[in-house]
This record gives sequence, structure tokens and C-alpha cells, in this order.
Amino acid sequence: MTSTTPDLTTPTSTAQRTTIAKALNAGMRAAMERDPKVVLMGEDIGKLGGVFRITEGLQKDFGEDRVIDTPLAESGIMGSAVGLALRGYRPVVEIQFDGFVYPAFDQIVSQVAKMHYRSLGRLPLPIVIRIPYGGGIGAVEHHSESNESYFIHTAGLRVATVSTTDDAYWMMQQAIASDDPVVLYEPKRRYHERGVLDLGGGLPDLADAPHRLDEAVVRAEGSDVTVLTYGPMVKVALAASQASELEDGPSIEVVDLRSLSPLDTGVIEASVARTGRCITLSEAQTFTSIHSELAAHVQQHCFYSLEAPVLRVGGYNIPYPPSRHEEVFLPDLDRVLHAVETVMAY
Amino acid sequence: MSDDDVAAVGSTVAAPVRASHEPPERDITDGGPDMVQFLAADGTRVPLTEVNSPYAAYLDELDDEALRGLLRDLILVRRVDSEGFALQRQGELGLWPSLLGQEAAQVGPGRAMRPQDYAFPGYREHGVAWCKGVPPENLLGMFRGVNHGGWDSQANNFHLYTIVIGNQMLHAVGYALGVQKDGDVATGDPGRDTAVMAFTGDGGTAQGDFNEALVFAAVANAPVVFYVQNNHWAISEPNERQFRVPPYRRADGFGFPGVRVDGNDVLASYAVSRAALERARGGEGPTLIEAFTYRMGAHTTSDDPTKYRISAEVDIWKAKDPVDRMRKHLLAEGVVDEAWLREVEAEADELARRIRHACQTMPNPPHEEMFEHVYAEPHPVVAREAAEFADYHAGFDD
Repeated sequence: MTSTTPDLTTPTSTAQRTTIAKALNAGMRAAMERDPKVVLMGEDIGKLGGVFRITEGLQKDFGEDRVIDTPLAESGIMGSAVGLALRGYRPVVEIQFDGFVYPAFDQIVSQVAKMHYRSLGRLPLPIVIRIPYGGGIGAVEHHSESNESYFIHTAGLRVATVSTTDDAYWMMQQAIASDDPVVLYEPKRRYHERGVLDLGGGLPDLADAPHRLDEAVVRAEGSDVTVLTYGPMVKVALAASQASELEDGPSIEVVDLRSLSPLDTGVIEASVARTGRCITLSEAQTFTSIHSELAAHVQQHCFYSLEAPVLRVGGYNIPYPPSRHEEVFLPDLDRVLHAVETVMAY
Repeated sequence: MSDDDVAAVGSTVAAPVRASHEPPERDITDGGPDMVQFLAADGTRVPLTEVNSPYAAYLDELDDEALRGLLRDLILVRRVDSEGFALQRQGELGLWPSLLGQEAAQVGPGRAMRPQDYAFPGYREHGVAWCKGVPPENLLGMFRGVNHGGWDSQANNFHLYTIVIGNQMLHAVGYALGVQKDGDVATGDPGRDTAVMAFTGDGGTAQGDFNEALVFAAVANAPVVFYVQNNHWAISEPNERQFRVPPYRRADGFGFPGVRVDGNDVLASYAVSRAALERARGGEGPTLIEAFTYRMGAHTTSDDPTKYRISAEVDIWKAKDPVDRMRKHLLAEGVVDEAWLREVEAEADELARRIRHACQTMPNPPHEEMFEHVYAEPHPVVAREAAEFADYHAGFDD
């Protein structure tokens, strides 16, 4: 497998090579400088900087009042974030690992998602829920899940994910600036991958962000097959696209969804209209999931363009297996290319 | 299970579990020696003791006008509740959770709060809503199916009702953390220092959110008062199914004071709440208050308590009625007379008419409104479905 990380910005005098982890950190820092009501909450996010060091240095610079080490209780974190938001704060909550979000599920689904609706628009909850997600790091149980489908199913939430340093920096700030609650998924396996990020000078203007929070982006253009993907799998999709090109195989277009709820249906439909074939690619299990929604949407809205059924390449419909299995559980280059061959055979 | 079996089990565990059909071993209507009380069930003032004297000073501040105000609140809140019940029985409301018996448990803290203090209710806190100035007719929308919460919570610092048991305890703590960050604690300015009050019931104390709220409040020394109305029944489950240690004693393990108060004594619930709120506003941290009271009615209008509790128990609590108690007390003290009571009854009649009229004339919301406010910012899925919905229904116009 090739290991190309796309550099999506043209290096300039103020551009620098950085990691997704550091870009997320820089995004939070900028948001905190921009708005004194932004507070970070989570387990071990203070002195330690979080178990992935995403909040490193922020407590030192912004104080314990704005970077809060909470007791170890996810519902407690989420519920008190609701109260802080009601008081006018913009909490950014770190869930330590994907599989630890479930104690907070009740607060997220019953309260965070519904407060604006049930208050007839009087009570917005500008909360960001950061979740490191996905597998491939050899972790123990509950540390490798892709559970985004639970949250895209829930009206009232926005769900987005990053796949580049640039997005990490800008989408973090856009999520924090949103008056809606946003679940921001961070591909933990790719935290330390490098890319170019132009921090410019001083505090950036959010209007200068290269893309909106809810915008999908074509990462590689192609003419035969559209791969709809996001987060950790963008890298796999790009590798498949390049491999196929090198072998004079089918031309694969890679669409990075970025926003999982709402979906940028314009970009999706335009791509499938061009290629006539569609594969969904994600670590999430396929049954009743983001895959299902994408497949349903494409068949309904691109019906006359389709040359083949939509195929789903994802996690198998089992609990995340022990990590010795993950190299075959997680979609890889070969599974993507196999799916491409299958849709091309129609 | 035979008696021998019970004994055998009892020898291996701390306390034998009694079968649910057996009567309680202790008198569940007795709040015990730790309970703060100022008015006996017959309306007479109880003597000052070590237990109630720390709170007595707050009562000295109440002049006759304030005392009459408390009784007026009790009478009017009871009427709001009975009107809600009647409207449900007549098909105007889908559901009504009655507060009957808990009027004093709610008016006390309701009147102890200052305007800037923020209340996070469950869904039975009609009496607190009243004291915070929420028009009672605004409570009806959610029970009529017109909305999920028809009042501006920030106008009166009274949050929307929270139906998932215990969720609101954490919201209160978070709000209190915000109060702390804003510096609105311990400034000495009575118009600025702010406390937050979180309401739940005995059933709510079993929830994880309740206990997490106590942990979070304790470590942050948050300006919050947890107010548990122990009305003895979580739908059909008695206290014995909720806890072995009464809620007020749990506070000690979390690291802040816990107080049990006679929830049917408005003077006691007022004074104890005043003390806890002042502690919170002064930066001294949280307090847990357990108001020892009784749910005289059903859990809601959908419930049938005759299936699980005996009428003798209800009769005992009837003799402890919170409204009668305050009425007798103020009559005996000469603070009110029959003419004043007649005036308040007339006011209650007028209030009931107002609520009834508001309920009966509350329009059904236009269906397209169900798509509003899902998100604060524009959202394509909701917008598309709303448009499709409008088109679909426009097709029937001809």
C-alpha cells in the first residue's frame, strides 16, 4: 500500500508541515483566543494534554478554568456541558475513546440533540463533542469503534470528521463556532500523519476557511467509479485511486464527505452522475449505517446515471474484533479494488 | 419463603430483605429525629431544638405579609394542580403529573430563590414554576401535545421540564459551573450572587446522572442545591426499592451537607432552602436537601395507585396536609382570617377559570411547524422534508 498523505494546500511562506493532532490543537487554540466563552472539558485533558495529547499545552496557556479536567464520568461531562452551554458557554468535550461515549449517549440524544427543538429555538446548545474513532492501532476492546451511525441517525446533531491537517484546523474552529451541537470525529490512527497547514499570521478569519463545515470535497478526480468515504479511509481510497491509475485500471474518483450529517448531496450526486458507479467506504459496519444512507440516497437521486448497484465496503457486522484480526476486518486497498472490479463488471 | 429461610438469609447479609407484601417495619410517615420542622401537623409551632434552630432566623425575617403570601401560594398552586387534573380527565390534556401533597415542598424553595437563581425542574414542579413567575397556563402546552415546553426558561430562570429522570441534575451543575466562571458567587452583592437549584424525586436518586451530578458539584464546589422531594413513591416503587440510606445522608459521602426537612411544612422547607441557597451564593458549595413529603395522588393521570399502596397510608399523610397545616397556623396566629381566605379562594377560582380558558382555546400548532427549530442553523435535510411535506399536503387543497 502506498502511504501518501495528500497535501492540499500550496506551501507558502507561512505554511508549515504539521500533524493532524497538532492542527486540531491549533484549531482549538484559535477558537479559545477568538471567544472567551470556549471551554474544554474532558478526562486527562489538562496537564497530560489528553491521552492523545490533542489538548497539549492548552491548560497551561488558558488556565484550569477553561481547560477542565473532569471526573471520570461521561454522562457527567456531557450533562454539565449542557448546563454550561445554557449559561452561555461553548463547551468542547473530549470523549477519550469512541467506545466510551455510550455513558453519555442519553445526554447526547435526549438533551443535546433536542434542546433547541423543544425550546422552540430559545436554547441553542453550541457544544462540540470530540471523539477519536476508528481502528488500526492494535488497541484493546472499546478503543477502535466507528460508531458515527448512531449520531447521524439523531436529528438535531451535526456530525463531521477530518482527514487532513487543513480540515483538522478549520473544521475544529467551524464546529466550535456553530450554534448547533457538532460531533467531531477524529481519525485516531492518522493523528500523527503530516500535512501542510498555513496558519498565516495572527487569528484567522473563519470566512477564509477553504471549505464550509458541511461541504464534501473531491480529493481525487476520476471518471469510472466514485468512492464515497471520509476520515481514516480517505487515505485508503486515495491509495486505491493511485494504484488503479498506475495499472491503467478504472479511474477512481474519491469524495471526502467530511460532513456525515448533513451530507453534501450536491457533490455526491454530481460525482456519481459523472462516473455512473458508486462505492461507499468506511470502517463503520454496513448494516443500517452511513453506508446504507449513502446507498439509498444515490439509488434514489442518481438512478438514471447508475451503471451498477452501489456497493458497500465497511466493517463486518460483528463487534469490533480482537486487534489481531483488524488487518482483515478493516477495509484496505485490496477490498476497495475488489469492489471496483465488481462494479466495473456490470 | 418461610420465616426460617428469612432468618437464614438474614444471617449472611447486613439487613434482611422484607418481602414486598409485608408492611414496613418502621413508620414511613415519620421523618425521624434529624428532620427540620417548624410546624407540627396540627399547625402549631414546634419548640426550637438543636435540629431546627440553625434555620429559625430565616423565619424571623418573614412578616405577616410574607406569611400570608406563602399560604396564598399554597392555595393557588393546589388549585392550578387540580385544574390540570380536571383538564386531563375532560380530555383537554393528554397527561397531568399532580403535585398534590407536595405544595409546601415546592413553595418553600420556590420563595427562597432570588430572581437570578436558576431552577432545573423535573416535570412535577408546578409549584416552583409558580413561584418563579411562569404563568401556569404555559405549563399546559406540553401536556396537551402542542409543544415540548412552552415557556421562555430564561425569562424566569426556570428551565424547561425534563422528563428523562435525573438528566437535569447535571444541567444544573453545569449551569452552576458557568455561574462560578462568571464570577457571580461570593461577591457580597445580593442582586448578583447566584445559586442553582436542581429538583428531582426519590426515584431520581437512583440514576447515574444524579450521583454524577453530586460528584461534579462536590469537586468544583459548585453553587448548586440538590432538592430531592422524597414523596415516597417512584410510580409504584416505594423507598425500599430505591435506597437503603435516606437521600439526605448520602450527601456526607460526597463531601457536602445533607439536610432532611419536613416537606409538608412550608416554613421549614423555606428556611432550609434559604440556608442552602445562601451557602451556595456565598461560595461555600453544594447542599443536598431531602424534603420528606408524600405524593397524595397518582404518579400521573395514567397511573392507578390503588394497585400498589394501601389507603391507610394515604390517610395518615392526609392528616399532615401542607395547606391545612399553614392555614391552621396562620388562623391561630391571627395572621389571616376567614374573610382573607374567602378572597384567596375567589382568586383561585378566577385563576382556574383563566387556566381552563387558556387550555381550551390553545390552538393546535400548524403541522409545518414541526419542522422548525430542529437546528439553529439552516439544515438541508430538514428544509427538503419540510418543502416535500408542504407540497404533499398542498396536493389535497383542491
